[in-house]
Amino acid sequence: MKQKDITALLDEPACAHNTKAKSGCAKPKPGATAGGCAFDGAQIALLPIADVAHIVHGSIACAGNSWDNRGARSTGPALYKIGMTTDLTEQDVIMGRGEKRLFHSIKQAIESYQPAAVFVYNTCVPALTGDDIKAVCKEAQARWGTPVVPVDAAGFYGTKNLGNRIAGETMVRHVCGGREPDPLPEGIERDGVKVHDICLVGEYNIAGELWRVMPLFDELGLRVLCSLSGDARFREVQTMHRSEVNMMVCSKAMINVARKLKDAFGTPWFEGSFYGVADVSQALRDFARLIDDPDLTARAETLIAREEARIHEALEPWRQRLKGRKVLLYTGGVKSWSVISALQDLGMTVVATGTRKSTEEDKARIRELMGEDAVMLDEGNPRVLIDMVRNQGVDVLIAGGRNLYTALKARIPFLDINQEREFGYAGYEGMLELARQLCLTIESPIWEAVRRPAPWARAAVASDPSNESSPADPVETPSPALEARHA
Amino acid sequence: MPEIIKRKKALSVSPLKASSTVGAALAFLGFNRAIPMLHGSQGCSAFGKILFVRHFREPIPLQTTAIDQVSAVMGSQDMVIEGLKTLCDKNKPDLIGLPTTGLVEMQGADIKMAVRVFRQTYPQYDAIPIVPVSTPDFVGSMESGYAEATLAIIETLVPTAEEAGTQPGRRRRQVNVLAGSHLTPGDLEHLKDLIELFGLRPVVLPDLSDSLDGHLPEADYSALTIGGALVSELATLGDALATLVIGGSMNLAADALKARTGVPDHRFAHLMGLEAVDALVATLAEIAEAPVPARIERQRAQLQDAMLDSHFMLGMARLAIAADPDLLVGLTQMLAGVGAETVVAVAPINAPGLADAVCDQVKIGDLEDLEIGARANRAELLITNSHGVHTAQRLGIPLLRAGFPQYDLVGGYSRTWIGYLGTRATLFDLANLLLSLEKGEIHPYRSPLKQWPANERGKDVKHAA
Repeated sequence: MKQKDITALLDEPACAHNTKAKSGCAKPKPGATAGGCAFDGAQIALLPIADVAHIVHGSIACAGNSWDNRGARSTGPALYKIGMTTDLTEQDVIMGRGEKRLFHSIKQAIESYQPAAVFVYNTCVPALTGDDIKAVCKEAQARWGTPVVPVDAAGFYGTKNLGNRIAGETMVRHVCGGREPDPLPEGIERDGVKVHDICLVGEYNIAGELWRVMPLFDELGLRVLCSLSGDARFREVQTMHRSEVNMMVCSKAMINVARKLKDAFGTPWFEGSFYGVADVSQALRDFARLIDDPDLTARAETLIAREEARIHEALEPWRQRLKGRKVLLYTGGVKSWSVISALQDLGMTVVATGTRKSTEEDKARIRELMGEDAVMLDEGNPRVLIDMVRNQGVDVLIAGGRNLYTALKARIPFLDINQEREFGYAGYEGMLELARQLCLTIESPIWEAVRRPAPWARAAVASDPSNESSPADPVETPSPALEARHA
Repeated sequence: MPEIIKRKKALSVSPLKASSTVGAALAFLGFNRAIPMLHGSQGCSAFGKILFVRHFREPIPLQTTAIDQVSAVMGSQDMVIEGLKTLCDKNKPDLIGLPTTGLVEMQGADIKMAVRVFRQTYPQYDAIPIVPVSTPDFVGSMESGYAEATLAIIETLVPTAEEAGTQPGRRRRQVNVLAGSHLTPGDLEHLKDLIELFGLRPVVLPDLSDSLDGHLPEADYSALTIGGALVSELATLGDALATLVIGGSMNLAADALKARTGVPDHRFAHLMGLEAVDALVATLAEIAEAPVPARIERQRAQLQDAMLDSHFMLGMARLAIAADPDLLVGLTQMLAGVGAETVVAVAPINAPGLADAVCDQVKIGDLEDLEIGARANRAELLITNSHGVHTAQRLGIPLLRAGFPQYDLVGGYSRTWIGYLGTRATLFDLANLLLSLEKGEIHPYRSPLKQWPANERGKDVKHAA
C-alpha cells in the first residue's frame, strides 16, 4: 500500500480525532508501545466472517503466534477458526517465491475447504519484498471462480486502528454490493409489520453476545443484513449496500465503512452501544427514528418498556450488592462512555475512566455521565492505574485483557472488557452477566487471603521496610541445611 | 531412525509453529529483571505478548522497536537506539534482549551495529547488558529461537576462563544447567529439586521456574521480569563443577559454554522415561560423588510400579504427536519404553535431534498434517498444544496437552513431565485417557434363540455400554 493511500485512510472526516493534534492514530514510540499493528487490526475486523478462508501471507509469526486467539463465535461454519498461512521460509524470501507460494496456497485452500471466499492478508515481509498480492488474488479468482480478496494491511503500515480501517475499506471496495439481498423467507412476515433491513458495523459477536441482541431485532422486524463481522457470512457482507440504516457499534474503528456506505448509497448511520440498559434502548430508538416508520417506533417503545421493566426487576438484587462500589474503567474510545452508563445502571460509581483513544465527543459524553469533575486518564501505564486504585479506594478495575494479570499481581479485582474475554455483556440480558461477573470478582473471599502475610512473617513485615524488595535475592551459597548434610 | 518428510504443500493449515523471535524472547524472560524488545513492527510484540500471557497467565514484559512505514524503508537503526534508551531510562533493567524479526532482517538491519552505536552514543548505560540476536521468523521455530538467544547470551555475557580467571570446579557444589525450551517451569522446579537432593547447587539458564512459575510477589508491579537466572551469576559459570545440558536444541549453546569456560558437560536429549532419568541420576551421583538419596530411589520404584499398572492400557496404544523437536523426541522415546506406538509424528521444523525419535516417519508440518495422519493411521490419542483441541474434536479422540501454547487450561505451564515423578504422572494421564476409549469393548449380542423373560423379549434393551 502506498503512503498516500495510508494518509487518505488516516484522514477520516467522520472521526472526531481528525480535528485534534493528538490523534488516536499517533505514531508509536520505540521501547514504550503497547498494542497491535495494522495487520492485527485488519485481522480482528474481518476474521469473524465465518465461511471465509483467511490466509495470512507471510512468515510464521503473524499467523503462528496469533491464530485462534479471539472469542468471536459463529452459528455454523468454523472455517474462520482454522489458521492458514503461507509460512514463508528463508528460501521463499531469497528466491522470490512468495507470490508463487501464495497462488498455490489459495488453490489449496479452495480445494481442501471450499470456502465462500478467500481473504489474503498481506504482512511485513512480503510487503517489503514487494509481492503483488492484488495481482495474485485477481488471477486466482479468475482461475478458480471463488472470490479472492486482498487485504493489504502489513504491520508496519501503522496501528491496529489503521488496520481496522483498511479492512473496512477493503470490504466496501471489493465486497459490498456484490449481490442483492435474499428475498424474505416465505411466511415470515406478520400482518402489518414491515421488515426493514439494517446492518451493524464493528460488532464482533465476542463470546456470542450478538445473540443476546438479535432476538430484539427479530421481534421488531429488523433484518440484520450483515453484522460486520460477528457471525457474518461472505454473502451477507455482499449485501450491505441495501441496508436502510447502519449502526456503528461501540467503536470508531470502522467508521470509514459507515461513512463510505453513506456517501455511496446514502445509508444513514448512527453510533451506539449495546452495553447498558439505557444504551440498548437508545440503539433501538435510533433505528426506529432513522427508518421513520411510525408503526416500528410504536412497537419499539412497547418492547423497550417491557424489556426494561423485566431487566430492572431482575437486576434489583444485583444492584443491592453492587451499589456504591467504585470502578476504575480503563478502556479505549467509545467504550469509555458506553460502559459507564452500564455501570451506573448497576448503581456503581465510576471514579475515573481511560480516554487514551477517546475523542473530544467521547469526552463530552463522559462529562455528561460522570459530571464535570470526571477524572480522565490519558495515559494508562500500570503504575498509574494501580496508584489510582489505591488512592481512590477502587473496588474493581475494568480494562482490557492486557492489564488482567498486572491487576491480579497487584491484588486488584478485575473485569475483562475487551476482545479476548469469555463472557458477553451486550443487550438487556448481558447486564445480568456483567453484574454476576462483577460480584464474582469483587465479593470473592480470595482478596483478603492473597493480601494476608504469612503468620510468621507478619511481625517482620511490620518492622522491616526492606521486605518489599525482590523475592529473588541472590543466593550465593547452598542453604545451611544442605551444607550440613553433605559436610 | 525415522524418515524425515519435508513440507510439500504451499499452505500451512492450523500452524504448529510459533516464531523463533518469540522463542528468543522466552529465553530472555528466564532472567531476572530482564525485558526483551523485539526489533520489528509493534504487532510482532503484541502477538507474542498475548501468546505468553495466555499460556503463563502472567504479566509479560515485552517491548518493541515499533517499526513504521518510514523506518521499514529508510532504515531502523534509530528506532533501536531510541527504544534502548527508553528502556534504560525508565526501567534500568539487568538485561535487555534484542531479538530481530523477519521484517528487519528482510530490510537488512544490522542489529549488532545498532547496539554498538547505542553504546557509543550513551556510554552512561554501559552497565546494562544488551544481547542482540538474529531470529528472523522465516527461519526456525520457537525452540530454535530460544536456543539461539541462549547462545547469544553466553557469547555476550559469559567471560572466557582467561578473561575472568575462572576455573572449573572451584565452586565445588555448583552445577550449571542449560535448560531447553521444552522444559516447563514445573520441570525446572523438579530438576532443581533433584540436583539439590545431591547437595549440589543448580544454576539454571534460562530459569523460567523462577520468573514465570506463577507466584505472587510482594511488590505490586514490575515492568521487568520478577525472577529468573541472575545475570550476575553468568560470570561464575566457569567456576562450576559441571554443566548439564537438557535438549538436543541446546547443543550449540553448550559447545559455546564449554569452549569459553572449560567446564565439562553432560548432555541429555530429554528427561522423560526410566532410561533417560536413570542417566541423569547416575550422572548427578557421579558429579556429587554421593550415593543416590533414598527419596529418589523411592521415586524410581514408584515409576516402575506405574509402568506395571499402566502397561495394559499403554501397550500397543496408537499415538499421534505434534511438538517442537526436543519434546517430540522425548515423548516418542518415553512412549516406546512402555510399549506404546507413535503412529504419527509432526514437528514444525527439522532438527538433527529428530533422528532419535522412535517412529517410522517425522513429518515437518502443521496440525492439518497431524489430523490427516492420525485419521489414516487410526491414532487413538493426540498429544499436542491447545490448538489441537479442534483437531481432537474432529477426530473424536482425546487430547493430552503438551508443549506451547496451552491457553485453554489453567496451570499447563506448571505441569512436571520430567523425572521419575513427572513420567509417572504422564503415564497415569495417558492410561486414563485410553481407558476412556473403552478399547476392546464387546457390544451385547442378542440371540433370538435365547429364552428371554417376557419383559425383555422383543425389546431393544439398552445395556450400559
